[in-house]
Amino acid sequence: MAAADIARQVGEGCRTVPLAGHVGFDSLPDQLVNKSVSQGFCFNILCVGETGLGKSTLMDTLFNTKFEGEPATHTQPGVQLRSNTYDLQESNVGLKLTIVSTVGFGDQINKEDSYKPIVEFIDAQFEAYLQEELKIRRVLHTYHDSRIHACLYFIAPTGHSLKSLDLVTMKKLDSKVNIIPIIAKSDAISKSELTKFKIKITSELVSNGVQIYQFPTDDESVAEINGTMNAHLPFAVIGSTEELKIGNKMMKARQYPWGTVQVENEAHCDFVKLREMLIRVNMEDLREQTHTRHYELYRRCKLEEMGFKDTDPDSKPFSLQETYEAKRNEFLGELQKKEEEMRQMFVQRVKEKEAELKEAEKELHEKFDRLKKLHQDEKKKLEDKKKSLDDEVNAFKQRKTAAELLQTQGSQAGGSQTLKRDKEKKNNLWLCTE
Amino acid sequence: MDTLRQSPSPCSSRPSSPRTPPFEMFGPVGIEAVLDQLKIKAMKTGFEFNIMVVGQSGLGKSTMVNTLFKSKVWKSAMPSLEVPTPQTLELHSVSHVIEEKGLKLKLTVTDTPGFGDQINNDKCWDPVLGYINQQYEQYLQEELLITRQRHIPDTRVHCCVYFVPPTGHCLRPLDIEFLRRLCRTVNVVPVIARADSLTIEEREAFRSRIQQNLKTHCIEVYPQKCFDEDINDSILNGKIREQIPFAVVGADQEHLVNGRCVLGRKTKWGIIEVENIAHCEFLLLRDLLIRSHLQDLKDITHNVHYENYRVIRLNEGSGAVAQVVERSP
Repeated sequence: MAAADIARQVGEGCRTVPLAGHVGFDSLPDQLVNKSVSQGFCFNILCVGETGLGKSTLMDTLFNTKFEGEPATHTQPGVQLRSNTYDLQESNVGLKLTIVSTVGFGDQINKEDSYKPIVEFIDAQFEAYLQEELKIRRVLHTYHDSRIHACLYFIAPTGHSLKSLDLVTMKKLDSKVNIIPIIAKSDAISKSELTKFKIKITSELVSNGVQIYQFPTDDESVAEINGTMNAHLPFAVIGSTEELKIGNKMMKARQYPWGTVQVENEAHCDFVKLREMLIRVNMEDLREQTHTRHYELYRRCKLEEMGFKDTDPDSKPFSLQETYEAKRNEFLGELQKKEEEMRQMFVQRVKEKEAELKEAEKELHEKFDRLKKLHQDEKKKLEDKKKSLDDEVNAFKQRKTAAELLQTQGSQAGGSQTLKRDKEKKNNLWLCTE
Repeated sequence: MDTLRQSPSPCSSRPSSPRTPPFEMFGPVGIEAVLDQLKIKAMKTGFEFNIMVVGQSGLGKSTMVNTLFKSKVWKSAMPSLEVPTPQTLELHSVSHVIEEKGLKLKLTVTDTPGFGDQINNDKCWDPVLGYINQQYEQYLQEELLITRQRHIPDTRVHCCVYFVPPTGHCLRPLDIEFLRRLCRTVNVVPVIARADSLTIEEREAFRSRIQQNLKTHCIEVYPQKCFDEDINDSILNGKIREQIPFAVVGADQEHLVNGRCVLGRKTKWGIIEVENIAHCEFLLLRDLLIRSHLQDLKDITHNVHYENYRVIRLNEGSGAVAQVVERSP
């Protein structure tokens, strides 16, 4: 830590100079605190646990207020995270509290991917912060820090051991966030079972290599209390927002036919310990761990993944900027190559299409010519026929006129004869019949 | 907070934004304990403060630093005849750790001997600007590393105290040029040095003329008006702004006055008490620099001047940093 740094620098030749009087910079922490108070604090808690373990109730009890939200159903198709931000104020300290809760955790039949939305969410917050930090024009001192500072993992009070879902999820989360495991609804377990349960849980966590958050013991003022608290992990808590009259005071409690469980009674549950540790003693340390350990780890992995190193093979310090430039040029070069390729492909396709179209055009022309010729032939035939027909008609007409002429001549000469003949015939007819 | 490395507790909006009223809590939760946690952490990490004093030789810069921090930070040099005045401006930095009531402060004082001493003082501000930018650069490089240190050592200049010689007339062209260039890069606090050569009326007149000069040339000295956050700040800083530049006298010898041992300069016509507000405004300067605005100086250096430098520097590199990051997944 930096105290060691300063001490080292003292040794390095930075001499400690004695003061001949009161200078007054001991007011520095107060100046610092005043500035922080005017700017406000942020704290983000993630509650991971199965549906119905009392996550929302515990948050209400911890912060002595009623946050909104209806309880979730058990029929969620996948795990989702619900995030709410609240502004709390106590005397002159303002706290921007964000509570993120898992909805539908542990309800699915196939829980293999249950941890993924949670890990993605945490990574997304780190990513947002990293993006802001890497911007050219950034406003980090007014940036709303959304990184998760503490993860409360709710363990179901079975009394036996951790579920495999719990182990898997905690293992995935321990390098990304400060995990504080708590046993939820612990009024379902008796005292003796509880001690056995706690021992079992801690041994399982240790044997699986899960790193839960240890309260810091390096500062004398809090070392003692943190040390004892570390031994009580995981905390067995009960949440309740109902107040009942016990003795002559109103207390938060849960009433059963066989007795009343008081939330703030240390003999009944570890709620007070949790509140002490989470808020009153270690809030600042949680935030610092998130920033200096988990965020730095994420940042390092992300940047290394993108290909940036601190030293090149000759182990000369690499400037991040040079790497960026090199990468950018590489990227642009690739982009240009791709562009060229695409352009060439496009040109080729255009040519092909053009050729096709020309072919079609030619065919059409040929067809047109053919049809035209056909049409002309037919027309000619028809005209010939018409001509012959006309000739025939003319010939007929001539014969007709000739015949008519003959007829008229004959009829004039033998016209009367025919009449007589007719009469005779008629007379003959009369005679015959008589 | 010293550096970005520590968790950035200040977050965006003020506690009660007008849109969402704060949640009502039915009992004490213990949120204000975080203030104590902060204090404990601050005491543990210690503080760093870097101050630069600029002015012609003989104006009492080293003595002033010694008086401010009540210790022999600089061995005030009596210029001997054998030591030639330096031909170019060199910067001397010296670091000390001072402790008061359990609080450790690493103080770095940078002196500029030879400033304004040459015949041709053209571009004498360049080494100073170069030094300041070099500190920013160092910090930037540290910040850009992949594996960063937990606590980046902060050598950036938090405050530059500019000593104006007590001519009694107005700011000289050298002063104006220097102040103009530096006020954009670092927090500048001008002071009238060796104010014991001016009477009170001359002092006031000199002061108002300097203030006018500063306004005419648009030089924003600390505390800058544009960074006043709320009405309280502007009232407080307004009062300070009325009295800038402070007329100061430095002394590191103690004398007996009315039975008390005070720091002062003894002359034939009386003893000038440094810490007497009627004699000189040293107390105001000390309160501003150390007791009330030290953290503010550091914050403005970190949030404003350093960020400005960073923007320019990263834009120079053809904006490679941000663009690459924004493009890649």
